[in-house]
Amino acid sequence: MSMAADKPPGAATFCLGLVRRQLTLAARRPIEIGNPLLFFAMVVALFPLGLGPAPDKLAGFAPGILWIIALLSSLLTSDTVFRSDFEDGSLEQLLLAPQPLFLSVLAYIVAHWLITGFLLALISPLFAVMISLPAGAIGTLMASLLLGTAVLSLVGGIGAALTVGLKRGGMLISLLILPFYMPVLIFGSAAVQSAVIGVPAGPYLAILGAMLCLAIALAPFAIATGLRISVDA
Amino acid sequence: MSDSGPLLAVHGLCLERGGRELFRELSFVIDRGQLVQIDGANGAGKTSLLRILAGLSRYGFSGRVERHAPLLYLGHQPAVKALLTPRENLAWHVAGEARYDNEQIEGALASVGLYGYEDVPSSNLSAGQHRRVNLARLYLSQCPLWLLDEPFTAIDKTGVAELEKLMLRHVERGGAVVLTSHQLLRVAYNVQMLKLDEGLIA
Repeated sequence: MSMAADKPPGAATFCLGLVRRQLTLAARRPIEIGNPLLFFAMVVALFPLGLGPAPDKLAGFAPGILWIIALLSSLLTSDTVFRSDFEDGSLEQLLLAPQPLFLSVLAYIVAHWLITGFLLALISPLFAVMISLPAGAIGTLMASLLLGTAVLSLVGGIGAALTVGLKRGGMLISLLILPFYMPVLIFGSAAVQSAVIGVPAGPYLAILGAMLCLAIALAPFAIATGLRISVDA
Repeated sequence: MSDSGPLLAVHGLCLERGGRELFRELSFVIDRGQLVQIDGANGAGKTSLLRILAGLSRYGFSGRVERHAPLLYLGHQPAVKALLTPRENLAWHVAGEARYDNEQIEGALASVGLYGYEDVPSSNLSAGQHRRVNLARLYLSQCPLWLLDEPFTAIDKTGVAELEKLMLRHVERGGAVVLTSHQLLRVAYNVQMLKLDEGLIA
């Protein structure tokens, strides 16, 4: 045992290790990765049954449908971000680590986004075809999902941090964060809708990008505070 | 971090929970070489005090805690991920503190009796072995102050004796240990008792 006071590793190294650990955990429990994708696929498959298989009709609703399902599948996983770490005591150790907590929680959110929103955006063309979204709008759909789901993960992280200590926090988290999801839904579906009707989607994507910048700047601090309160309670 | 002066100082700590006063005007310092055992009945506030000392509890109490050195806190939960191996768990536990190579990780795991279990999924290990993975941090930690909440829970007799020896070695080398436990330490050392129902270091 050494009593020498070596410098702790830098925050970037620590956070990269944290992302790697979270991805390893997810890879060893693939159901966590598969659940939101499966949910997305199942709900998308229901719409042609409910609305009728006419491609023209489906195409009109497709942007809204795809974005609503993306939002719901993000909501489905948001309360799990810190849950297991809270229950097994890992969160306490994270709070006591010498690295800044807001960077550590950002690493959690990045990992969460990579296994939910990022994968969803990558697979979204498949779902878009299922619901007759015009091929020209698929690129915009992917771009809007990449930006928008990152915002959803960050906002969802705030709700997750505030409710992690509650036994049945799932419903409360929905009530807390759903209002903050609305702007993302509005501008995300509007971007795809614009691409469908041939109007430039750039302004909507720019707004989503601005939302993402704002969320990256503010959400980690809110999440860190929420976690401190939850662990203290 | 200074090598002289107290590692931790507590000034006028008061805590109430559910209308019940757990401790009032609690003041003490923890110096290098001190081995302090917090004693008290169930619900006396031992864990609450330790969490306040660690900095995990920041609200709901009055008084001041000054931390003058890095500390290692091991709580009730072992912070072991069932999906990771003991090697991965320990490597992660100490990742925030310093860089350790594979040999050091293996050595620490061997020291807590987990030789041969390094790469077994932690889900296959017992609660006591989970606890040992967590305690392996003590063999690597460079923090001078250890705050240990019921460290003997789920540990067998041999493990308890090893842990007592480790704590003794730590304080003899200039560290300090504050622990909560219902069992008396069997070490040839001046263990100071902090009895919470009295609020004084005896």
